[in-house]
Amino acid sequence: MNAGTATASLKTRLFEYAERRLPALTRLKRVEPLPVRLDRHRIYVLPTRFGLMLSALLLVMLLGALNYNNNPAMLLTCLFAAAAYQSVFAAFATLNHLQVAALRAQPGHAGADLEFSIHFHIAARPRHSLRLRAAESEIAFDLDTDGAATLRIPAPRRGWQRPGRLRLCSGYPFGLFEVWSWLNPDFAALVYPRLEPNPPPLPRHGAQSQQQVERRGGDELAALRSYQTGDPPRNIAWKASARRDELLVKEFETPLGNEIVLDYAALRGLAHEDRLSRLAAWVCIAESRRVPYALRLPQTRLDAGLGAEHRHACLRALALAPGAAP
Amino acid sequence: MKFSPPLTGLQFRLTAAAVFVAVLPHLLRLPWLISLPVLVLFALRGLQRRRGRARLPAWIKLPLVLLFPILIVFHYGNLFGREPGSALACAMLALKLMETENRRDARAAICFSAFVLMSALLFDNGLWITVLLCAALAVLFAALRALESAQSKLLPDLRSGALALAGALPLAVCVFVFFPRLGSPLWGAPNDTTARTGLGDRMAPGTMQELLIDDSAAFRVVFDGTPPPRGKLYWRGPVLWDFDGSAWTRPEWLASPPGDSEVRVRGARASYEVTLEPSERHWLLALDVPLLAPAGAVRGADMSLVSRTRVDDPTRYHMVSAPDYVLEPVLDPQHRRLALLLPRGYDPQARALAQRWHDQFGGNADLVIRAALDLFHNEFSYTLNAPLLGRDSVDDFLFDTKRGFCEHFSSAFTFLMRAAGIPARVVTGYQGGYFSAAGNYWIVRQSDAHAWSEVWLAGRGWVRVDPTAAVSPQRVQVGARAAAGASAPWYQADWLMELRNRMDLIDRFWNDAIVQFNALRQQSLLTPFGVARADYPQLMLAMIAAGSLLLGLLAWWVMRAPKANGDALDAVYAKLRRKLARAGVTHDPAAGPLTLNRHAGAQLAAPQAVQRLLADYVGLRYGCALPAPERIQTFTRAVAALRLPAATQTARQSS
Repeated sequence: MNAGTATASLKTRLFEYAERRLPALTRLKRVEPLPVRLDRHRIYVLPTRFGLMLSALLLVMLLGALNYNNNPAMLLTCLFAAAAYQSVFAAFATLNHLQVAALRAQPGHAGADLEFSIHFHIAARPRHSLRLRAAESEIAFDLDTDGAATLRIPAPRRGWQRPGRLRLCSGYPFGLFEVWSWLNPDFAALVYPRLEPNPPPLPRHGAQSQQQVERRGGDELAALRSYQTGDPPRNIAWKASARRDELLVKEFETPLGNEIVLDYAALRGLAHEDRLSRLAAWVCIAESRRVPYALRLPQTRLDAGLGAEHRHACLRALALAPGAAP
Repeated sequence: MKFSPPLTGLQFRLTAAAVFVAVLPHLLRLPWLISLPVLVLFALRGLQRRRGRARLPAWIKLPLVLLFPILIVFHYGNLFGREPGSALACAMLALKLMETENRRDARAAICFSAFVLMSALLFDNGLWITVLLCAALAVLFAALRALESAQSKLLPDLRSGALALAGALPLAVCVFVFFPRLGSPLWGAPNDTTARTGLGDRMAPGTMQELLIDDSAAFRVVFDGTPPPRGKLYWRGPVLWDFDGSAWTRPEWLASPPGDSEVRVRGARASYEVTLEPSERHWLLALDVPLLAPAGAVRGADMSLVSRTRVDDPTRYHMVSAPDYVLEPVLDPQHRRLALLLPRGYDPQARALAQRWHDQFGGNADLVIRAALDLFHNEFSYTLNAPLLGRDSVDDFLFDTKRGFCEHFSSAFTFLMRAAGIPARVVTGYQGGYFSAAGNYWIVRQSDAHAWSEVWLAGRGWVRVDPTAAVSPQRVQVGARAAAGASAPWYQADWLMELRNRMDLIDRFWNDAIVQFNALRQQSLLTPFGVARADYPQLMLAMIAAGSLLLGLLAWWVMRAPKANGDALDAVYAKLRRKLARAGVTHDPAAGPLTLNRHAGAQLAAPQAVQRLLADYVGLRYGCALPAPERIQTFTRAVAALRLPAATQTARQSS
């Protein structure tokens, strides 16, 4: 373990300890309902490193002016110092009375980023140089009117996902002070299962599962592709595979118009999450090819259909499927 | 190190502007050897940035970093001290700009700019320069604000910077007034010998030329009673005895021990107060002839006042002088010997002329003086652009060029007198001044510098003779520049000088209230509050109290709740409710829109419009998470257009 990760883990542990011991800090870590209105009880201010550097410089200027009893220089120093110090009020005003009105997020697939848009009411004052930071991403934006900022947060797994603890901060106006406030809005976005990268072709139409479908001469052999777990062995192109280092399977065009059934139970030999991933990928493919599809899950049955709503219903069912295999 | 974002175009331009305004006051003062390369650096940097080139390679940067210290050492002789130090700071700041590509660098450059800006005040602490430099801080703050956001714009940045400064003024003044001043400096005060113009203790033809076109104030005078007539306003400075053929100098021994020359006062005394501008010399000026020496100063045998400490700060002293006097009626033998001394081997023609006069008038001093003044009056002319003189400067002036100003005349006259056997000496100082009626004081400028002669006459002591007055009586009446006539540059036009003389009132206030503010005057600040002598704790307490008051006001201003509670829709709904209440609908703060709808239906004559609006509101508020702004605007217009009949008396009572 190198020094960087050691200090990082120490920092995490310290934060965890601080939040255990200091209820005042943890209070804002809890999920809270929207809208959230920022006020002096939850806005924190500290000088930045640049602010500390500037105050050291001001001290030097002050000493110089005092020592030479140069009053105009003293006046200039005082003016500079007063303007710099009073910027703390402008910094505070940047967040004060700012209202976080709502959150919105389009559902996304696990493994990709979720786009959370956070809507603000500026309460009669333009807000400048705001930054919003989630665990790993940070965005900078200005609010001249009521508006939204879009934050991309990675979605590691399917299901409901909260944006987590957000830090809304600003160095406005001069970067001498940093004001911040913690947000943990009561909002969750839906994360669909991860899409399998190179899914096998859609299962054949009919109510039967894939393995039971007989090959028919009428189907056009479309292409060869790499073997993936779960492909029916009879589709393997043995001769072609012998010439390559990998197994190749034959892929057939699926005729249009016939509805297909995407059945969880049919995907034997795959892990639970992998089955969901493949079903999600198939849902997307079927939707894009306009093939009506039905979904069978251990707990849920969705009849065949097409369209954004049907797609969402299927993916939602997949996203919210219970964790372990039945 | 954390990542620091690269600069956008505006951010860079504002940073460069901040650096430039900080360097500018120095550039005007620095020798071209240093200011020119600094300007070239700025130009190159602008060009490079416009071309979008990559960072400057080290093989260019390193020689540049070395070049400036070498130039500075070449010009000043060393790197430390006020002048070379500030030159180095300017150069380093310009170099910093060369490599400023990200926010961290830009912030460092701006910080340092503030320091360089302040250091300009070490050289000139006049009112206008201070105001300009304080205003320049706005550019620095604008640059800092621009660095905060990539979307910032120039005008809001500048406005924000200016507002920050304006808002900081009360707190700045509070700290300025109450922050305890040092009684004595923590480390050595600056001891540079700068080229500040002022009277010197050496006078050679041409040394005063620079002085006579310098319009800065030398000192200011407030008379207790009526001032003497203008023709008698001779302000005595150093008295010069020794002549080495080219320059008049002052013998060192005269300063100590204090002289004890006898002065007989005739007529009224003049009592007045002098405020001397810093001269970085030891002279104190007083009206001819001073009767006492101010505290901390001595009066020499030749009636010149010498301060024990150098006049580095504005100095104020009270004086009493006798405009009509007899000085040293019995001449000290040593003084006589000194006042007749002439260098051997110089100016044979002038000696011969003086000898001729001496023989012609049989030693009658008055006639000799008359002859010399007549000579000046008839054949000489007054000009500030005097021709250069050779080795025998007096001969050259008397028999060749015949043009010059007070230095030339007093030097030649004193030489002639000594050659004719009359004890004589050169007195330098100032003559005249401008009376500011608004401020009821006299201002004497450097351009009022003057030199005249004193001859010793039996029974009358030292008598002032102003040979310049014989050539150009206006010199004594209206001043050197006016006497020089057309040779004055355009910026010294009469109307402009008149304006400047009037504006001097502000300069005087600045000097009195700000520049001369010190530990001593600070102690008496709190007298109105019953603190006779405010020391460190009292001053600190006052500063904290006044500062807290100001900051408290500011905090209240920032924390006060915005007028509109909630969003735009809430505000419009509140307006609708007020309208309904005025129309006599039951007013219950706890009632929701549906209850209100029922009340309106029961209590209004034509409730349809109101009910439609309330239904709209329910749809906007509860029908969707975030209503579209256009729908809110439509709703706002509809509420504004709603007209309801005012409630009748009975309806109101029932509600």
